[in-house]
Formats: sequence, C-alpha cells, structure tokens
Amino acid sequence: MTTEWQMVIGLEVHCELKTATKLFCGCPNVFGDEPNTNVCPNCLGLPGSLPVLNQQAVELAMAIGTALHCEIRPSTFHRKNYFYPDQAKDYQISQYDEPINVNGHLDLPDGFRVGIERAHMEEDTGKTSHAGASGRIHGADYSLVDYNRSGVPLVEIVSDPDMRTADQARAYVTELRAILVASGASDGKMEEGSMRVDANVSVRRTVDDPFGTRCEIKNLNSVRSLGRAIEYEAGRQIALIESGERVIQQTRHWDEGAGRTEALRSKEDAYDYRYFLEPDLVPLVPDAEWIRAVGDTLGMMPAARRSRLAALLDDAGGMTDAQRDQVTTVVDLGLDDLVVVAVAAGVGSGLALARTANEAATDADAARVLDPKSYVELLTLEAQGSLSATQAKSVLADLLAAGGGDPAAIARDKGFEAMSEDSLADTVAQAVADNPDEWSRFCEGDDKLAGFFTGLVMKATKGQANGKAVAAELRRLRG
Amino acid sequence: MTEPARLTREDVAHVAALARLHLSDEELDLYTGQLAQVLDHAADVASLDLAGVVPTAHAMAVTNVMRLDEPRPCLDRDEVLGQAPSVEDHRFRVPRILGEAP
Repeated sequence: MTTEWQMVIGLEVHCELKTATKLFCGCPNVFGDEPNTNVCPNCLGLPGSLPVLNQQAVELAMAIGTALHCEIRPSTFHRKNYFYPDQAKDYQISQYDEPINVNGHLDLPDGFRVGIERAHMEEDTGKTSHAGASGRIHGADYSLVDYNRSGVPLVEIVSDPDMRTADQARAYVTELRAILVASGASDGKMEEGSMRVDANVSVRRTVDDPFGTRCEIKNLNSVRSLGRAIEYEAGRQIALIESGERVIQQTRHWDEGAGRTEALRSKEDAYDYRYFLEPDLVPLVPDAEWIRAVGDTLGMMPAARRSRLAALLDDAGGMTDAQRDQVTTVVDLGLDDLVVVAVAAGVGSGLALARTANEAATDADAARVLDPKSYVELLTLEAQGSLSATQAKSVLADLLAAGGGDPAAIARDKGFEAMSEDSLADTVAQAVADNPDEWSRFCEGDDKLAGFFTGLVMKATKGQANGKAVAAELRRLRG
Repeated sequence: MTEPARLTREDVAHVAALARLHLSDEELDLYTGQLAQVLDHAADVASLDLAGVVPTAHAMAVTNVMRLDEPRPCLDRDEVLGQAPSVEDHRFRVPRILGEAP
C-alpha cells in the first residue's frame, strides 16, 4: 500500500439486548432454544396481532445512549418494508428519522474519540439456514426458518466515519463491547451473534481529499475478521483506483475462509424500504427524570474501571506495559473487582493484577462468580510466602471449579506445605554444586542465571519452593 | 408553491412491483387515476399555512405505552408448524431465496 493512502472507516454494530422477553411481545428472549418454540402470533406476523413495547428494552437502549454520551430524545417507530422470509410480517419495526439516541461519542483507551451518530432500537429477524450442497445462499435448493430470534430487541449503534486504521476499528469494537457488557445492556457475545458488526470502508489519497466511494462489509463474526476484512477491502479499493478503475458503492460479503470480500449487491439494487410510521405504536418520549433514573442504575464504565486499577498500581510505583495489558484484560472480562478487593485487603497490586489477568482470566465465567473472600485469602497466602506461585495457581484452579472454598485447606489436601528453610537451602546448594560453570558466571554478575537456578529448584521440589525464597537463598550464597 | 409532479402509470407499476402485486394494464390505468385523486386530496394540505404546527406521529395524543418485561406463554410448536405449507426439522421450509438478507 502506498503510504499516502488513508482508510476511512465507520462501523454499524447490532447488539441484542439482555431482556427476558422480545421487543414487542412476551415471548422469551433466549439463545439456543429448540427452533420455533419461542413464538406467538405477534412475532409470527399473524394478522390481527399488535405490538406492545417492552419497557426494559427501552431502558437498556437509554442506558446504552447514556454510556455513549448521547442525547436521548423523543422517538418514533417505522415499518421498514421488504420481502424476505427472515421477517414473517414482511416488514421490520425500526427507528428511522427519529431515533432514541443521537450525537454521542466513544473514547478509545488511547484517548482517540469516535463520534456516535445514532443508537436506535429495532427488532431482530428470524434465523434462516440454507439447505443444499453449499450451505450458503448461492446454490441452496431451499431455506429453513426459525422465528425464535424474530422480534428480539436490538440496538444498532452507528459510528461516524472517524476511524482511520483497522487497529482503531478493532479497538472501537472491543471498547464498545466492554461498555455494552458493563452497562448490563448486552452479553456482547460475537460468537453467538448477540453482537454483529458491519463495516463501511473507503480510501482516499490524502487526508485533505473528500471521502471516497464506500463499500459496506457484512458477515464479520469476530474482531479478528473485522480487522482482516478492512485491510483486504482497503487494499482492493486502492488496487482498483491505482489501475485506473473506480470503486462502485456496494454491499460486500466477507468470506473468512477465502480471506476476501465478494460483491453482494450494488447501490442500484439497493432496497426501496418504503418506510412509514408504525401505526400500531405511539411515540416514545422519555422525560428528564426517567433518563436520570436510568443513568443512576449504570455501573462503572470500562474507562473508569481501568483508571481505578491504574491508580492502585500508581500507588505501588507505576505501571509497566505488560501491566497495562493486564489491566485491559481484567476490565474487558469484568474481573476488576477481584483486584480491587484483594488490594484493599492488603495484597500487593502487582500480584493481585497478575493472578487475575493470567490465571483467573482463563476461566472468566467462573471467576466472575468466585467468592472474593476465598480469592483474597489465597493471594494473601501467596504474598506471605506460605504458598509458591505454582501452588497458588493450582489452588486457584480448584477455587474456580468450586466457586470458592478455603484455600488453606485445599493447599493442605494437595500436600502443599511451605518448605522449611533448611530443606530449601539444601536443594539450592545441590543445584549450585551440580552446575559449577553457571554458578561462577552468576557470581561474576550474570543475574539472568538466577532464573536458571530457580527453575532447577522448582523442578526438584515439584513447584513447592517459593520463588522469592530461592532468590534470597541464591543471593545469600553469592555473598 | 410549485405543483407536485403528477402521478404516472410507471410510478404505480413501480410501487406495485415493490409490493409484489401483479396488475393488469386495465388495473394500472384504474389505480393510477384513483391514486392520483388520493394524492391530490393530500396535496390540499400543502395549501394551508402550517408554520409552527408540530407533525403528528399518531392519531391518538398518547406517548410511552409499554408493558413490563415478563414472559408470556408461546404457541404450541406443532400447532404453529401445522399451519405451514412445508416444514422440515421443526422449521418453516421456504422456497430458494435469491440474494442475502437486506
């Protein structure tokens, strides 16, 4: 890619709201149930059925608007008309020219601000699967439809075309996902389709040029595919322009296996949706008091959670780059409260952060419901030197599996007794005696060899030795 | 104020196609005339002074009609699928779809 080319990226993110029921009827909003079991006359589009708006869905939409610093305003619902079997009634109820949330923004962790044009409510469609050899729509003999998802509440969050790199797009989706989870509005599971991303991509030669013709990319099922698809699409557009052709405004499908985008339809084939006001729904007019009440229920947002952890580490002398990544991981997974509780109980912030980001994070679902008291007790045992790092990790795995417990008792059951100082000293002395060359280099100041000796001691003691005690013993022997 | 463009036979054919209606030539002529009258009637509103009048979003002056987020019984699946012309694997079987979802 020539260096002066610049990408312009805007993202549309659909997120399913975490309600008990659908947007306009009382059918359960559950992922993964038996096909067509959560359906009623309304979400099947049967004649005579009428939609009634779900208050919880409205409040979650307002929570998203608040979290994204939007103006929350009076809104209406429209019918978006199209013929496609994923909607039994041949229209989708959506918000059109008067969405509930407008003019917000999202700040990426590095401070870059992305504008939010709107975040509006609409209903999800049913799920189609295509029968036939290909499994895809092209070449399918017929399709099968499950309407369980039809009518599930969605909020579509439309960014301004502010992003300039695939990395920014990835960071935006990651941060947005963390915000949606923190606000309680969505579970943010891209793999289950509860968060879906479309990317609008164009390129221009210099930052002063007007925006180029854009293409919309669909079927991005992970943050990774989002980045790959944007890089591919920008490269495709640049190659077109450099060979004297033009980019045609199109919707394109990302093929993850082939690693490329394919044309779905051009602007000329764009649907004519004939939007009109939904006559069966009245306007939604949130007053200031309601907006404030919803805002008061919002939990702490990811940026504030990261700052809170950073402050704990600053107290302990500042953050390394690795710790910055650990903070992001811990907050993204919603495990930051564990660190805060542990530090409040006197555990060092570095240890608390590392155990949470590296070990607790491997089973985040279990860690989120882990009894914080047992976690704090475990880290305290490790901080005191009663358990080695290896032993502490082993006990933690048991705590996560059981949702809590007494770490000291688990350690005893596993036979983890802190090694006596004498037997530790013997083991270290043996390791030194077995490796005279390494020892002399260590004595001459090659400190990296401390790790070599510690490793030997750990191996000899099957991980029961305390790393700090080994290091202290090595320093004592060196004199 | 300029006169709104007169509704043409092509307009009606386009709208009919969007709604998947197959109209005969006679029907196209009939509906073009009838729809033009409806639009003329609506255009009368344009002759009024509407400065300062808030657009109406609904015939009733009501807002914020909502229900609580409480599950209600669903339909019986066998009964639902029993109404469909074609069913496979507990799902509605529909003819081949041309093109991806909008």
